[in-house]
Amino acid sequence: MKAFTYERARTPAAAAAAVAGNKGAKFIAGGTNLLDLMKLEIETPTHLVDVQDLGLDRIEETKEGGLRIGTLVSNTALAADRRVRKDYGVLTRAIVAGASGQLRNKATTGGNLLQRTRCPYFYDTNQACNKRKPGSGCAAIGGFSRQLGVIGTSDSCIATHPSDMAIALRVLDAAVETVDASGKARSIVIGEFHRLPGNTPHLENVLQPGELITAVTLPKPIGGRHFYHKVRDRASYAFALVSVAAVLNEDGSGRAAFGGVAPRPWRVEAADAQMRSGAGAVAKTAFAEARPTHENAFKVALAERTLAALIAENRA
Amino acid sequence: MKFDTPAGTNPIDTMKVIGQAVDRVDGKLKTTGQAPYAYEHGEIPGKPAYGYIIGAAIAKGRIAAMNTAEAKRMPGVLAIVSAENAQPLGKGSMNTAKLLGGPVVEHYHQAVAVVVAESFEQARSAANAVRIEYERGAGRFDLVKEKPGAQPLTGNDADTHTGDFAGAFASAPVQVDQTYTTPDQNHAMMEPFATIAWWDADALSVWTSNQMIAWNKRELAATFKLPPEKVHVRSPFIGGGFGGKLFLRADAVMAALGAKACGRPVKIAMPRPLMLNNATHRPATIQRIRLGATRDGKLTAIGHESWSGDLPGGGPESATQQTKLLYAGANRLTALRLAELDLPEANAMRAPGEAPGLMALEIAIDEMAEKLGMDPVKFRVLNDTQVDPEHPERPFSQRNLVRCLEEGADRFGWNRRSAKPAQMREGRWLIGMGVAAAFRNNINMTSAARVRLAGDGVVTVETDMTDIGTGSYTIIAQTAAEMMGLPVEKVRVKLGDSSFPASAGSGGQWGANSATSGVYAACAKLRDMAAQSLGMDPASAEFSDGRVRAGNRSAALAEAAKAGELVAEETMQWGDLGKKFQQSTFGAHFVEVAVDSYTGETRVRRMLAVCAAGRILNPKTARSQVIGAMTMGVGGALMEELAVDKRFGFFVNHDLAGYEVPVHADIPHQDVVFLDEADDKVSPMKAKGVGELGLCGVGAAVANAVYNATGVRVRDYPITLHKYLAKLPAIA
Ligand SMILES: Cc1cc2nc3c(=O)[nH]c(=O)nc-3n(C[C@H](O)[C@H](O)[C@H](O)COP(=O)(O)OP(=O)(O)OC[C@H]3O[C@@H](n4cnc5c(N)ncnc54)[C@H](O)[C@@H]3O)c2cc1C
Ligand code: SF4
Repeated sequence: MKAFTYERARTPAAAAAAVAGNKGAKFIAGGTNLLDLMKLEIETPTHLVDVQDLGLDRIEETKEGGLRIGTLVSNTALAADRRVRKDYGVLTRAIVAGASGQLRNKATTGGNLLQRTRCPYFYDTNQACNKRKPGSGCAAIGGFSRQLGVIGTSDSCIATHPSDMAIALRVLDAAVETVDASGKARSIVIGEFHRLPGNTPHLENVLQPGELITAVTLPKPIGGRHFYHKVRDRASYAFALVSVAAVLNEDGSGRAAFGGVAPRPWRVEAADAQMRSGAGAVAKTAFAEARPTHENAFKVALAERTLAALIAENRA
Repeated sequence: MKFDTPAGTNPIDTMKVIGQAVDRVDGKLKTTGQAPYAYEHGEIPGKPAYGYIIGAAIAKGRIAAMNTAEAKRMPGVLAIVSAENAQPLGKGSMNTAKLLGGPVVEHYHQAVAVVVAESFEQARSAANAVRIEYERGAGRFDLVKEKPGAQPLTGNDADTHTGDFAGAFASAPVQVDQTYTTPDQNHAMMEPFATIAWWDADALSVWTSNQMIAWNKRELAATFKLPPEKVHVRSPFIGGGFGGKLFLRADAVMAALGAKACGRPVKIAMPRPLMLNNATHRPATIQRIRLGATRDGKLTAIGHESWSGDLPGGGPESATQQTKLLYAGANRLTALRLAELDLPEANAMRAPGEAPGLMALEIAIDEMAEKLGMDPVKFRVLNDTQVDPEHPERPFSQRNLVRCLEEGADRFGWNRRSAKPAQMREGRWLIGMGVAAAFRNNINMTSAARVRLAGDGVVTVETDMTDIGTGSYTIIAQTAAEMMGLPVEKVRVKLGDSSFPASAGSGGQWGANSATSGVYAACAKLRDMAAQSLGMDPASAEFSDGRVRAGNRSAALAEAAKAGELVAEETMQWGDLGKKFQQSTFGAHFVEVAVDSYTGETRVRRMLAVCAAGRILNPKTARSQVIGAMTMGVGGALMEELAVDKRFGFFVNHDLAGYEVPVHADIPHQDVVFLDEADDKVSPMKAKGVGELGLCGVGAAVANAVYNATGVRVRDYPITLHKYLAKLPAIA
């Protein structure tokens, strides 16, 4: 870990300004991802701006009938919120499928969206990694890639985004609210928040330097039955091989987003339109452009089968 | 004391304390955080500095240049030691690769330098600032590729031939000929390698985490070219080892080098991401098994060949070991082949040999039973043997495998299993049951102890035996209590100190039986001394309830030490009963799994182990050993695999996020049953080991259950879903 300085910001705009004005600065929220990466010198900020005093830790109802989740709401509190459990069950289910109780107590909404990949080569600083060190190459391509992405990847990077929460947010059409150093706020729909790697895999989202996440908003409840199924090699405490967040209606229509397969929550609206034709049709459209490695080709079939399980459960 | 004739009746047979489910005597210390582990000891001369090990960034080649200039200038840095400036080191006889590499690099993450600083954070940060340039060499990292050049071995690992295997196999009416693979595995013990080391002139002391104190002392002495009496090793509490801590490792060597360089105690705990490539692992195997049988289910030919790899000068995984002994059959062949690989060092992990060997053999047996249309329990029973099949003149000292199988089948409800696979369903779950035999040899090791009787009637045991979480403290206290006629509370046990008499140590499931036998021997001597001191006839004196009785005389045991502490030291040595009789432990594992017909996720639902392992010294600690081993078996069956990067030669998933072991949610229900046995040919304790037995066969029982559930036979461990997903029954 490199030595760093530390401050606690008082207002969102001040926090944004503190980071925007200092190339080596980063926000820190729960620290469950950032500190691990700093210990390994994968992240080397020289200054940390702690956002925990910004008062962004409430869940409020919006005038549109949805919810505004402050960025500092912990994963535990969000999953346990009565309104979330009632109207956005997929979100609760996705969050509790992730990490462990202790980690979820510490992890925040914004931090979860910005957590970095779990590609093992990204974690080993002896290895080439375009995401960690732009231009150095990608050791994962041609290496151990069973966990890695099958779609949305590029010749520069085949890593996945590891968040479970984000998969549910994607199926719910959530939006990310931010403020920048000048105090200007904007809202980014979740589908446009994470970037695909292309040849710049180190750029993972559309945030500008210093832009602070203040909240995540959920549109008004969409009804339906909510499912989240996370497939992994052990029953708990592992990242997804494949996960599926689905909201399915009685008539068989619905929507689905896939985790563990892509550099961002993977949802294709045109595929949702096929829901009543079954998982095969949805997967065919959603994964039409899949480019798996020989080690992770099973993920495409697994995604389809997992969705099929949820469709069957919805019917039962 | 030499054990060379079967044990007669002795004080252990009283079983007032031995055989009872005594709570761990060190339990309270551990649950209240008062048991200090290697990294935590405060009893050291002066303020410690912190060491951070740098591991090689390549698997094979040379260090071209190491630039420490920047790192040396960083805050708090006290010393940087590498092969360039370290004293010339010897090498322990049990290490294959050097513990300090450079300029030649033998494997990935081989230690090449240690940075010592005032704080851990400073040491780590400076370690990252050491610039090393490498010249990458060509290495051999793929067992499949190196298999053709693998070589036969000698001694215990030499090929064995009995009868005419080739002829019998060729003419057998029913045959199985399959190849199975097991991956590289890691011990993944909770406590990392950790050491605090310091020098007092030319004497070296360490607090460390090691299973074998006497070996560790000898190897440290060899490495630092010291007379052994100049080395003091202490390891009173150990947070797991599973064979990973049998040997001297880099934490101790680098801490000692760092301490020498900065003239202070240095502590090192190896970071987890370094451990998996720096230290040893269980090597992958490729195993070909050929079985021939008559139509009525008698095995006539048993052939088992296994290939594994290691660094030059290393050893094989002896995966054919159990096949020499487990089933009857007149014509037999076993063969081990060892390839040279430049992956990290291969070595023992819990039940070396048998664990991966049975993973393969016990699937093959399941496949043969199915071909014969026989129940796999019945097939195993039919092919039981009471003698060493390669040397029929050698009977087993005691062998109750059949009872394990039959009693297990009864208790488990084996008759509810469908012989035809993929028949049982509960909603979307496919249900299956599997069985496998468990087998692990009993090994006895020389073991010494010292016992002291003080004037207050307390007996203190001193031996360098270790407790790696197994319960050694407790069973040793029970042994001394039984021998001296005392309650457990009147016994103090001191372990893990090289200034105590050398014990068997913890490994190869030899610890419990051997170390308690050493304590038995010392206590037998102490009994004689106590009787004499009380003026009683040692031969007829009885020790119970804190008193000694002979004839019509009776006295408190404490009386014997009134005039001064009585101290007895004795060593248990072993005669040739292990040659005359095959000494082994047996068991049967039963497993029920559910496989999600959609996603292929496998969940173990129930497990039962029935074990026949001689006298069970403490059913509580023994049960803990077996359920822990069963858990490890589930890991081996379903998830554990060090993923080899065959281009760069290292284990990629080198932390506990990537190397998955079971979590609580994976293990819903486990039962363990011990048959009531006492094996008089193994030791005066009449006990054998259980710690490794519990792992042996589990993987195959899970594999066979997955097959029974799905109808898909997977022969490559771990049985992860991508290996059978496409072959599952079609989904709606
Ligand atoms: C052992 C382990 C297992 C895990 N398993 C899972 C799992 O199964 N599924 C899963 O989804 N996750 C898992 N996680 C990841 C966990 O969910 C994330 O670490 C956590 O959500 C990050 O939140 P945080 O508040 O701690 O973020 P931090 O570590 O504080 O920050 C993460 C990043 O977000 C940035 N950031 C934080 N807040 C803001 C803000 N308001 N505006 C702009 N930038 C911000 C930081 O600068 C940093 O770059 C696991 C983590 C661990 C350590
Ligand atoms: S896949 Fe992406 S994160 Fe992984 S090594 Fe390649 S560039 Fe780095």
